[in-house]
Amino acid sequence: MNVLLDHLADFREGFVGTVLLTLASGLLAMVLGVIIAGFRVSPVPPLRMFGTAWVTLFRNTPLTLLFLVAWFVVPVVFAPGLSPWMKALLALSFYTSAFVCEAVRSGINTVPMGQAEAARSLGMTFVQTLRLIVLPQATRTVVAPLSSIFIALTKNSAIAGAFSVTELFGWQKTMSDQGYAIAWIFLWVALGYLVITFSISGLFRLLERRLGVAR
Amino acid sequence: MTNVSVAKEDVATSDELVVLRSVNKHFGALHVLQDIDLTIARGEVVVVIGPSGSGKSTLCRTINRLETIDSGTITIDGKPLPHEGRELARLRADVGMVFQSFNLFAHKTVLENVMLGQVKVRKADKKQAEEKARALLDRVGVGTQADKYPAQLSGGQQQRVAIARALAMDPKVMLFDEPTSALDPEMINEVLEVMQQLAREGMTMIVVTHEMGFARSAANRVVFMADGRIVEQAAPDQFFSNPRSDRAKDFLSKILHH
Ligand SMILES: Nc1ncnc2c1ncn2[C@@H]1O[C@H](COP(=O)(O)OP(=O)(O)O)[C@@H](O)[C@H]1O
Ligand SMILES: [Mg+2]
Repeated sequence: MNVLLDHLADFREGFVGTVLLTLASGLLAMVLGVIIAGFRVSPVPPLRMFGTAWVTLFRNTPLTLLFLVAWFVVPVVFAPGLSPWMKALLALSFYTSAFVCEAVRSGINTVPMGQAEAARSLGMTFVQTLRLIVLPQATRTVVAPLSSIFIALTKNSAIAGAFSVTELFGWQKTMSDQGYAIAWIFLWVALGYLVITFSISGLFRLLERRLGVAR
Repeated sequence: MTNVSVAKEDVATSDELVVLRSVNKHFGALHVLQDIDLTIARGEVVVVIGPSGSGKSTLCRTINRLETIDSGTITIDGKPLPHEGRELARLRADVGMVFQSFNLFAHKTVLENVMLGQVKVRKADKKQAEEKARALLDRVGVGTQADKYPAQLSGGQQQRVAIARALAMDPKVMLFDEPTSALDPEMINEVLEVMQQLAREGMTMIVVTHEMGFARSAANRVVFMADGRIVEQAAPDQFFSNPRSDRAKDFLSKILHH
């Protein structure tokens, strides 16, 4: 009990850190995932290959390894001077984008072929067809898997704590280093995560219901 | 046959709207289109007929490049079909397509279905697009359904909306792939009447259909396909009363008995 009251400011900072990191990498993962899904169904072979490579790479690499790469390879090879927070954002969002992509792609596959063919016959470009006709109809089937993906992302963001990014899980380490009872620390941390994940699934359930009514 | 088409080419090049020359296409080992030569003049109505699997749909779909071809050339109004990209999109806008299964955009209202191409492809003003869409919907007799979603309409109504949607682009030529095959019998005529009207107004049309009434009354020419080839082409009356090839005789005897 004491541990929370004694260090409420730190806890709040960690909680907000997790929320922000999850939100930012969720957003970036969404954008990347939808674009890569577009690549994967595009008529241009090099784009399709790039999409397949992206998904294969980021879906099959352990997230911890991606964090290590973001910490020790990316600064040397690509972009020196990235803050730890940015590195965590990159690792988390690239990793998650592969899952978003596959969810979106399976959603795209549920939309009957004829819809895209009719759009193309009208003279819409590939991007117009995807944006105006196919993706809006895929949304409903994509919402449920996306909810799981973002919950997984929330929990995955804990790895960033081990890399000294201020977030909820990192608070646990600081507190146990200070000798507080481990059980209480874990309870509060778990509750913090529950609040976030419950909010996500609630939000998506709401979204699902809204989309279920509209056609 | 060959002599005739060569002679025709010499006279009226500018009147040729759709020209297929030695078009070949495979689906894997299956040779679906074999050396197809077909010229369609401006304002001409051509009915394509033939047994299931003979390549009629594929032929239709190659004309707006929903299917690519392996060899040969297809030109529309003198322009060869471009490769995938903006240019192809522009050309497709000039070729209206009506599908057997309607393919109306399920998440858009009837009105939006007819407006979308005008606004997004032709970059028309929203208000003008709506006016035109409503006029077209009235013309095909579904003006009162404008604010409904496709699923709320009967098949015949949906197909008429699909025709209006294609017409909204002011196409140079309209392709119909068995437009009445998915319809209940009592709805077939309402669609055929719209098509007949279009034919009378001078629209260039390529129609895959087994509706012989339509072929007789609206078509200038019947093209009979079997096994990926054009086996015979003739004026409708001539084709139906006096087919030359055995394949056509055999096919006609089968559909006439139904
Ligand atoms: N996408 C496709 N992939 C493989 N085979 C196809 C495809 N589309 C059509 N076919 C085959 O090509 C042949 C011609 O098909 P189609 O053009 O639809 O004939 P029709 O419209 O005259 O019935 C059929 O044997 C069909 O099975
Ligand atoms: Mg067919």
